[in-house]
Amino acid sequence: MNIVVLCKQVPDTESKIKLLGDNSNFDAEGIKWVLNPYDEYGVEEALKIKEAGKAAKVTVLSIGPKRAEEAIRTALAMGADDAVHVEDAGFDGADAFAVAKGLAGALQGMEYGLILCGKQAVDDDMAAVPQMVAEFLNIPQVTVVSKLEVEGGAIKAFRDIEGGAKEVWQCQAPAIVTATKGINEPRYASLPGIMKAKRKPLAKKTGAEVGSGADQNKTKVIGWSLPAPRAAGKVFKGGELADLVAQVAKLLREEAKVI
Amino acid sequence: MSNVLVFAELKGSEPKKVSYEMLNAAKDIAAGTGGAVIAAAIGSGLAGVGAKLGAYGATKVLVADGVDKYNVEGWATIAAAIVKAENPAVVLMGATATGKDLAPRLAAKLGVGLASDIVGFRMDGANFIAKRPVFAGKAFTEIGFTAAPAFATVRPNVLDPGAGGGAAAAEAPASADMGAPKAQITEILAAASSRPDLTEANVIVSGGRGMKEKANFKILEDLADVLGASVGASRAAVDAGYADQSMQVGQTGKVVNPSLYMAFGISGAIQHLAGMRTSKVIVAVNKDEEAPIFQVADYGIVGDLFEAVPLFANEFKKLLG
Ligand SMILES: Cc1cc2nc3c(=O)[nH]c(=O)nc-3n(C[C@H](O)[C@H](O)[C@H](O)COP(=O)(O)OP(=O)(O)OC[C@H]3O[C@@H](n4cnc5c(N)ncnc54)[C@H](O)[C@@H]3O)c2cc1C
Ligand SMILES: Nc1ncnc2c1ncn2[C@@H]1O[C@H](COP(=O)(O)O)[C@@H](O)[C@H]1O
Repeated sequence: MNIVVLCKQVPDTESKIKLLGDNSNFDAEGIKWVLNPYDEYGVEEALKIKEAGKAAKVTVLSIGPKRAEEAIRTALAMGADDAVHVEDAGFDGADAFAVAKGLAGALQGMEYGLILCGKQAVDDDMAAVPQMVAEFLNIPQVTVVSKLEVEGGAIKAFRDIEGGAKEVWQCQAPAIVTATKGINEPRYASLPGIMKAKRKPLAKKTGAEVGSGADQNKTKVIGWSLPAPRAAGKVFKGGELADLVAQVAKLLREEAKVI
Repeated sequence: MSNVLVFAELKGSEPKKVSYEMLNAAKDIAAGTGGAVIAAAIGSGLAGVGAKLGAYGATKVLVADGVDKYNVEGWATIAAAIVKAENPAVVLMGATATGKDLAPRLAAKLGVGLASDIVGFRMDGANFIAKRPVFAGKAFTEIGFTAAPAFATVRPNVLDPGAGGGAAAAEAPASADMGAPKAQITEILAAASSRPDLTEANVIVSGGRGMKEKANFKILEDLADVLGASVGASRAAVDAGYADQSMQVGQTGKVVNPSLYMAFGISGAIQHLAGMRTSKVIVAVNKDEEAPIFQVADYGIVGDLFEAVPLFANEFKKLLG
C-alpha cells in the first residue's frame, strides 16, 4: 500500500498578521513559511506506518506556489520518498473547493491506499479540503484523528469529538484520514535527511493536468479585516493577594457582570 | 430559491444551543432573501422536534427520523437529498464536531462552496456574505458565494440565540436512506470529564506551565466546580502531560469564546492568545509582571497562582451565595 500525504505550506504560527493597504489580502512581507503543523502529524504517521512494514511508499502532494517547495522538502527530509507539486499560477486565490478538486485530480493518477492530511490548515482554518477530496474520490473519510491503526487494508481511526470523547471509525482502504495533535510526535528532519531530500524525486504538475484552478472557485473573498484591539485592562499588584482577588472578583460581578 | 435551511444540531432529540443561534440568524438572512426559515433534523426519536425548532423561528422542519447514529457519508446523502428538494438560497450547519466533518463533504457533493466556522454575516441585498476568522482569529475574511446555495457552518456560542417562544413548526418527513456508507462508527469512547466542551463553555479556567504538575490541576477543577466552568490549558501544560489534549486552547488547540476566561500561569504566547482573545472578559494571574497575557487581560493580578486560585474559589462562593 502507498500513502499520499497532503501537505500545505502556511505562515508560521508565530506570525503577526498585517493586511495589505486595500484589505484585499494579508501582507506576506516578512512572513516565515512552514509546513502546516497538522500536516507534520500526517507525514509522521505515514512514516510510522511505512517503518512498521505496512506501507511501501510515502508520497507528498501539495498545491502551492514555487515557495511551497520548501515545505515539500521539509516533508521529504523527514523521510517521505517522493513528491508531486502542483505549481500553477492558475491556483492563486483558489478556494477549498478548487484546491480539493485539483488534489483529487492529481490523486486520480496516483496509487494510494491511505491519504493522510492535517485536520486543518492554520492559515485559512477551513478544515474542509480533505473531506471534499474524499467526496470527489468517493472514498471514506475520518477526520480529527488522534489515533490510527492500519492492518492490511483495514483502517481503525479514533476521532476526537466534543469534550474529550472519541468516536472509533472502521473502514477499508483506500480512505482519507486527517490528523490532529496527539496522534504522534513529529520527528525533526535530520541533517542527513535534509541532504537526501534535495535529491528525492519531485514531479511538477500544472493546473490543466489536475483539472482545476481558481476558475473552479465557488466562493470569493470580498475583503479582510483585523479584530478590534482589546482595550488595556487593569493590572493589580502589591499588598495582600487576598485583597486583590476580592477586588477582581467583585469587579467581575459588578462591573463586567460575568459572574 | 429564497429560503434559508438550517440543519439542526441535536443531542439525542434535543436541539443544541447552536441550533437556536442558527435559526435566529436565519430569520435575519431570510429577511434579505425574501424567503422562509426552514429546518432539517437528522436523528432518531425526533417526534416533537418541530415544536422545539419552531419556537426559535423555523416554519417547517424536515425530519429524517430513525437514524440511530452519525455517519458522514450517509448523512451527506440524506442532507444532499433535502437540499436538492428544498432548493434554498442559504444553508447553515453548526461548526461542531459533526458539522465540521459533514459540511465540506456535503458541499462537494452539491458542487457548492463553503465558509467554515463563521462568526458573523451581513446581507448585501439578497446576497449572504459570511464573516469568518482566519489564522485562528488574528484576522477575518468576508466570503461571498458564486454557486447556490450559499453554505456556511456557524461557530457555536457566538451568535445570539434569541428568545424563542414562537409557534410549533410543521413537521414533514424526509428520507433517512443513507445509501451504502463505506465507513462506520463502531464504538464511542466516553470523555473522562463531564464538563461542557471548551467551545461551548460560558466560563473557562485555564492553567499553563505555571501549574507545575498534573496534580495541581485539582485546584482549577475545584474553582471550575464553583463556577460551573470548563477547564482549559496551554499547549505547554498539555505537552508537559499536566492536562489532556482535548483541553488545549490556542491556534493549534480549541478556539474558545466564553464570557469569562481565567488564565493562571500562562504567559500569553501569540498562539495561545489566538485561541482565547475573543473571550468577553479575560482575567490573568501571573507572577511575572511583564507576561504578555497582561496586554489582553481585562483584569490582571501579579501574584502566585497557587495562592490566587483557592482565594478566587472562596470569593466566588461568597458572591454566588
Ligand atoms: C506550531 C505551534 C503551535 C502552537 N499552538 C499553541 C496552542 O494552540 N496553544 C498554546 O497555548 N500554545 C501553543 N503553542 C506554544 C506557545 O508558543 C507557547 O510555548 C505556550 O503557549 C506556552 O505555554 P505557557 O504560557 O503555559 O508556558 P510558559 O510560556 O512557560 O509560561 C508559563 C507562565 O507561568 C508563569 N508562572 C509560573 N509559575 C507561576 C506561579 N506560581 N504563579 C503564577 N504564574 C506563574 C510564568 O511567569 C510564565 O509567564 C504553539 C507553538 C507552536 C510552535
Ligand atoms: N494546497 C494544498 N495542498 C495540499 N494539501 C492541502 C492544501 N490545502 C489543504 N490541504 C490539506 O488539507 C488539510 C486541511 O486544510 P484546510 O481544509 O485548508 O483547512 C491540510 O492540513 C492539508 O493536509
